Amino acid sequence: MKPRYFLKYCLTIIAVTAFFCSFQAAFASTPENSEEALGRKLAKQAVKGSKRWSTIDHAKIAVLNKEFTSGEQITQACISCHSEAATQFHKTIHWTWLASGDKKDIRYGKAGYSVNNFCISGNAMEDRGCLKCHTSWDKKGVKGEVNCLKCHNSSGFNFIEAFGDIKAFSEDDDPDTKEIIKDIQQEIKDAVTKVTFPTRKNCGECHFKGGGGDGVKHGELDTSITKRNRMLDVHMGTDGKNFSCTRCHTTTDHHIAGRIYTNPAVETRKSLIEDDLAPKITCVSCHSAEPHKNDSKMNDHTDVVSCQACHIPKYARVNPTKMWWDWTKAGKMKDGKPYVEKGPFGKPVYKSIKGEFRWEKNVVPEYFWSNGSQTSTTINDVIDPAQIVKVSHPVGDKTDPEARIFPFKLHRGKQPYDKVHKKLLAPLLSGKNGYWTTFDMNDAIEHGNKTLGIPYSGEFDYVETTYAFPITHMVAPRENALNCTQCHIRENSRLASITELYMPGRDKSNLFDTIGWLSIFGACVGVLLHGLGRFFMRNGKED
Amino acid sequence: MTDKNTIKIYLYTRYERLWHWLQALMIICLIVTGLEIHGTYTLLGFQTAVSVHDFVGLSWLIMFAFFVFWLFTTGEWKQYIPTTKKLFSVVLFYAWGIFQGKPHPIEKTKGAKHNPLQRLAYLGISAMLLPVQMATGLLYYLYNDIPQILPLSVLAGIHTLVALFLLNFLVIHLYMTTTGHSLFSHIAGMITGWEEIQETTKIADWETGATKKK
Repeated sequence: MKPRYFLKYCLTIIAVTAFFCSFQAAFASTPENSEEALGRKLAKQAVKGSKRWSTIDHAKIAVLNKEFTSGEQITQACISCHSEAATQFHKTIHWTWLASGDKKDIRYGKAGYSVNNFCISGNAMEDRGCLKCHTSWDKKGVKGEVNCLKCHNSSGFNFIEAFGDIKAFSEDDDPDTKEIIKDIQQEIKDAVTKVTFPTRKNCGECHFKGGGGDGVKHGELDTSITKRNRMLDVHMGTDGKNFSCTRCHTTTDHHIAGRIYTNPAVETRKSLIEDDLAPKITCVSCHSAEPHKNDSKMNDHTDVVSCQACHIPKYARVNPTKMWWDWTKAGKMKDGKPYVEKGPFGKPVYKSIKGEFRWEKNVVPEYFWSNGSQTSTTINDVIDPAQIVKVSHPVGDKTDPEARIFPFKLHRGKQPYDKVHKKLLAPLLSGKNGYWTTFDMNDAIEHGNKTLGIPYSGEFDYVETTYAFPITHMVAPRENALNCTQCHIRENSRLASITELYMPGRDKSNLFDTIGWLSIFGACVGVLLHGLGRFFMRNGKED
Repeated sequence: MTDKNTIKIYLYTRYERLWHWLQALMIICLIVTGLEIHGTYTLLGFQTAVSVHDFVGLSWLIMFAFFVFWLFTTGEWKQYIPTTKKLFSVVLFYAWGIFQGKPHPIEKTKGAKHNPLQRLAYLGISAMLLPVQMATGLLYYLYNDIPQILPLSVLAGIHTLVALFLLNFLVIHLYMTTTGHSLFSHIAGMITGWEEIQETTKIADWETGATKKK
C-alpha cells in the first residue's frame, strides 16, 4: 500500500471511530451513571439533621400526674401550660370544618354546604356519625372542648372508651370494680404523658380512613403508607426517608399546610432557597423547579407537567381504594335486615345502608390541568342533572402559569338531587332520623337539608357525579417513574385527554405527513419504473 | 456503448468525501431516530432516540459550519450556481436517452462535477431544505429556553415534512448513483475520489469557467 493511501485510511478510521465514540456521550447522559441530580442533592440537604428535639418530658409534668375522669380535664391540663393552643386551634379548619374558618361563611366545608359523593354531607355537624373524626371530645363538635390527644398522643390508647368505662363503673361500690377503675386510671395516666408531634397514625386515623374505611377516599393515602415500603412511598416508607405527615405539612398557629376545598395548598411554588419559611408542601420546596440532571430533557417538562404525573405511576398500589359508590342501590334487605356483601380484596361491594361499591387496586390516574384549586359544587349550587355532575374538579388550563398536568383519582357515583330545585341533597345518615336507621331516603333528605337550612322540594332522583382527588402521595422510587412512551405514543397515551399541547410521538400533522409520505412513495415508484425501464431496455445495449 | 476509452479523473477531495459520508451517516441516523420520536415506530426506545437525535443534530450544526467554511474558502460554492443551460437536455437524457444507451450530455470534470440538474437539486437542498431543517431543529431543541416564536406543532410539522423530503431525496439520490458509467462507478468515485469517465467527452468552457484556475 502506498504511504499516502495509508495515511488517508488511518485518518478515515480515526474520524469514523471518533464519531461513533461520541455516541457514548449521548448515552452517558441517561440517568443511570454520572453524578447526582440537583433535585436530590437539594432535598437531601433540606432534610439533613431532621431529628426533632424537645426540652420537655411530659411524664414529669405535675398537672398531668393526676387522676382524670374526663377528656375535658386533660385538655384543661394541657391549656394550663399551652395557654394559646385551644384559641389558635378554634380558628382552624380542623375545628370549624369550614374552609373560611369563619362561622358565618358556611359556603365551603364539611360543616357547611360542601358535599361529596361518599357520605355526601356532614350536615352542619348534626350527623354525629361524622364527628368520630372531629377533634373534640365525645363527638360534641364545636360545642365541646378540643381533644389535644387526638393529634398529639402517640399511645394509641382509646381515652374515650376508658372514660366511658370509668363512668359506667363509678356507681358500683364493689371492691373488684374499684380495682378495675384504678387500673384504668393508671393506664390513662401512662398514656396521657405520651405527648408527641402528630404521627402518621394520628393524622391517618381520619385522613386514611375518611369516607368510612381504609383507603375509601384518597387513592394514595391509606394505612399502607405507614409501613416499611419505600417502593410505595419514598418519603414516608419507614425504610425510605421515614417522613411523618408534618415533615411536609408544616404548621403556623395550628393551621396545617395543604389544600383546603377551593384553596390551593400554595399560590406559587417556591423552593426553600427562595423562601425558607414557605410551607414545604410542594415538591419544588425541597427538590427545586428543575430537579433533574443538568442536561436532562425532563427539566424541560416541569413548566407543564407536575412531578406527580410521572413519579406516581399508579395509586392504591398496596391497599385497594373505592372507585364507585351507587346510592341508588341502597336499602335492599335480606330477611328484612340490612346486610353487607364482600367482594374482591375482601372489601364490601354492597351495604344496605350505603349502596353498591367498586374497589380497585393499582389504578392508573386520570390527568387534568390543575393550578392547585378545585371547584366545589355545594348543595346550594344549581346543577344540570342531564350531565355527570363534577362535585369537585381541578381548576386550571394551559394558559394559567401556575397550572400543571396533575394526576387525579376520580371517584364516581350516584347520589340524590332535588328534581325541582336542581340541587344536590344532603341526606342525614346516622342517628334516629338518619337513613341508616329509617332506610327512608326522602325522610333522611328532609332531615338532612333542614340541618343546613336549604329547602327541599320533596322530590328527588339520583344523578351521576365525580369527585376528584389530587394524587400526590405514594411517590415511587425514581426507577419506577413513568418512561417517555407512557405519554409520548400515538395510541393509548396517558395524556390522550390533554389536547392543548403538541406532544412528539403522540401528535402529528396529518397534512404534512401525508404530503411527505406521498412524495416518498412517488419517488420509490418513479425510481422503480425507471430502473425497470433501464433493465429491460438493457440501457440501450444491442445484445 | 461506443468504444471510447474510459479514463479515471480525481474528482472529490479527501475532505469532500469525508463530509459526504459523514453527512450521509448523520442524515440516516437523524431520519431513523427522528421518525421514532415522531411515533412512526419503536426501535431504540424513545428516550435513547431523543438523546441520539439531539446529539447528532447538534454535531450536524458544527459539521455544517465546517462545510460552509470549506465551500467558500475553496471556491467550490461556484459549483452550485444554478444554470438552465443544457438543463433540458439532461432532463431529456434521464427521461429518454438513458434507455437508449445514449451518453450523458454532460460528463464530470474537476471544474464541473455537477450537471445542471444536480446543481439545482443540491442548491435546493443545501440552501433551502437543510437551513430550514437546521433552524426548525434548533428552535425545537431550544423550545423551552428561548421565546417561543412558533408553536411547537408548527415547528415539529415543518421539521417532519422537511425530513420526509430529505428521505425522498435519499431514495432518488441512491438510485441515481446507479446511472453512472457502470452501476457502481459513482459510488466508487465518492469513496476513492477517482471516477471513470469517457475520455473524449468535451467539456464546455461555460461549465468550468467559474472554477477554472486563472
